[in-house]
Amino acid sequence: MSLFSHFDYWVMIFLAMAGLFIVIARGNLIKKLVGLGIFQTSVYLLYLAPGKIVGGTAPIIDAAFKVYSNPLPHVLILTAIVVGVATLALGLALVVRIREAYGTIEEDELLRHEAPDAGGESRP
Amino acid sequence: MSVAAHLPALQVVLPLAAAPLAVLLRNRTAAFALVLAATWAAFAISVLMWQQVAASGPLSYALGSWPPPWGIEYRVDALSALVLMLVSGVAAVVLPYCRASIEREIRRDNHYLFYAMFALCLSGLLGIAITGDAFNLFVFLEISSLSSYVLIALGRDRRALLAAYQYLIMGTIGATFIVIGVGLLYLMTGTLNLADMSVRLQSVTSHRPVLAALAFLTVGISLKLALFPLHQWLPNAYAYAPSAVSAFLAATATKVSVYALLRFYFSVFGEGAVFKQLPMAEFMLVLALAGMFVASAVAIFQDNLKRLFAYSSVAQIGYIVLGISFDSVTGLTATVVHLVNHAVTKGALFLLLGAVMAAMGGVTLARVRGIGRVMPRTTFGIVLCGLSLIGVPGTAGFVSKWYLILAAMEKGQWWLVFLIVLSSLLAVAYVWRFVEAAYFRAPRADLAQVREAPLALALPAWLMVGATVWFGLDTSVTVGSAARAAAMLLGAVP
Amino acid sequence: MKRDMVLRVVAKLLIPFILLFAIYVQFHGDFGPGGGFQAGVILAAAMVFYAMIYGLDNARRVLPDWLVESMLAAGVLLYLGVGFAGLLLGGNFLDYFVLDRDPVAGQHRGVFWIELGVAITVCGVMLKIFYLFAARGQDEA
Repeated sequence: MSLFSHFDYWVMIFLAMAGLFIVIARGNLIKKLVGLGIFQTSVYLLYLAPGKIVGGTAPIIDAAFKVYSNPLPHVLILTAIVVGVATLALGLALVVRIREAYGTIEEDELLRHEAPDAGGESRP
Repeated sequence: MSVAAHLPALQVVLPLAAAPLAVLLRNRTAAFALVLAATWAAFAISVLMWQQVAASGPLSYALGSWPPPWGIEYRVDALSALVLMLVSGVAAVVLPYCRASIEREIRRDNHYLFYAMFALCLSGLLGIAITGDAFNLFVFLEISSLSSYVLIALGRDRRALLAAYQYLIMGTIGATFIVIGVGLLYLMTGTLNLADMSVRLQSVTSHRPVLAALAFLTVGISLKLALFPLHQWLPNAYAYAPSAVSAFLAATATKVSVYALLRFYFSVFGEGAVFKQLPMAEFMLVLALAGMFVASAVAIFQDNLKRLFAYSSVAQIGYIVLGISFDSVTGLTATVVHLVNHAVTKGALFLLLGAVMAAMGGVTLARVRGIGRVMPRTTFGIVLCGLSLIGVPGTAGFVSKWYLILAAMEKGQWWLVFLIVLSSLLAVAYVWRFVEAAYFRAPRADLAQVREAPLALALPAWLMVGATVWFGLDTSVTVGSAARAAAMLLGAVP
Repeated sequence: MKRDMVLRVVAKLLIPFILLFAIYVQFHGDFGPGGGFQAGVILAAAMVFYAMIYGLDNARRVLPDWLVESMLAAGVLLYLGVGFAGLLLGGNFLDYFVLDRDPVAGQHRGVFWIELGVAITVCGVMLKIFYLFAARGQDEA
């Protein structure tokens, strides 16, 4: 069945859509970051799943093995994970500062605080 | 060891090394001196490489001596040499300005971290322009993006935090789209080297994943370059960031994203696949026109000058994308020329606005009333840049619009010529709003003690204004390089 | 949690082993799963554990802020230093082949120092993030 032969992609698409939906639909700034994290994680699957070859082993050359899995996706995704961690940490730090400056982390309340097109100068 | 052979690596590594060193020093003067040295060295390197590329063709550098396509390749061709020179040149001018500018805007004990972030952002932007590896491009994109979120959040206004958060969300979604696109390409071709990828794409038989990759890359990069209607993050980010950061990002960040788009469209997918088999040209034409008109119209109704000119940036990106949509050498020349000219103009404009901000405490139209009398030189500079945004002959903006119009006439699309001129009239309207407030309104009572901008702010700003006028009169550097880059992208010369 | 006898004793017993495990992961990276990234996180985890049991002030006395910030920079510099070593020995940037007469041993040597740099930076970054978030509201107030 072709539907199940690509089930890893279906999982990836589901996770990506779930994450993106949270980013768009939730008003809480921390929940948005969680959604963003799920979205980024789904991409890891896109890289990692095809890298595994059934019956393949770690790519260390040895006479006993013929089939090796591709190690490159792991390296790439390790980098992507680091980027994801940095993004999340920076995002949370911004949320902490926003909380201190505005007293709330709900998007609708923030928008009420600062009409985005007011354009004037608010307090420093 | 000869230094000349390692210029491509040093281009990125010098600013990259300056960042942690600045953190180690923990002293704002020492950090400034160090980052300044690295930035100026980077500019010198980019000029040297530009000359080398013009004389003897593309440079290739194998990081870690792993030959491409296995290792990461740094590749400098006509287009990337120009972008490298633009980015490092703007940084070399903006950084001296930073020292005087952030004094008022950022807490002193954070200054060394500011310089470290600036160096990181610079090396990220340079890295995007130099790398020949798709995943490496994503990593550099994130280095520059993460540091620019931090730089924007340092703004004095508390809305800078919201702007940075919004940019972080949008930017990360864009970057993730780019990774998905790169991942699909990697699945189909088994390589990450851009040149190798383009060769192997020829023999890929199933087109659907490649199309999906093209779609993801287009949307992801469009988010980064603030193509209308994906520009929502840009006005707030530019308006509330520290002045020097606004100038640096406005001049470089979106331009480097345009570079990435050109690179993927023309060097990887190939012009034929993108424009001949798909209606991408019409698609980009519509978005570019919408950006030119809608963003300009929105700009007319802004009261904060930084926001006004940020919306104008979105409109100007419309012109840049319009050039791509022509899919001709003249069109691409216009794109690349406008990339440089707009960067210089907007950089100068935001530097001057920073000087106004420092003197008057704000840049709303109400606050700058009568500024023409107390800061005549700064005001004149802003008007000059405004003329360049409109496209008046004798300024850089004219040259790029001229090439856009030439490209439109080549295609026989006279209605487009008319629309380009019409959209320039909208630029007249928003520039006029500043002129009216600056020269024809009675100054506020408390303007008496306002002085002309200090030399530390004025000199870098006027260097950029000078470049704006210079590129309008002598086009040998800009148009010459742009024409070479355009010919290379369309495959006429390697 | 500072007063809880059980936690304090268990922490004192566990932390040396966590540190040892971090070093094991660091050096075993040559032969199996592991390496600087994981080792750095485990090192930082030991420190975070200490800070949770004994309080942030004590943790900051063990690893002061300036040291953490310097670690964060020093690791990157070590990484770049390996890159420049390759340059100075006549190779390209980040060239490990030239670090030893035998290219394979050179690769080994290069990765060793790179991983050390990674471990130092990752540990520094993790602790810096922890300090910043944990100290929020203490320093400013």
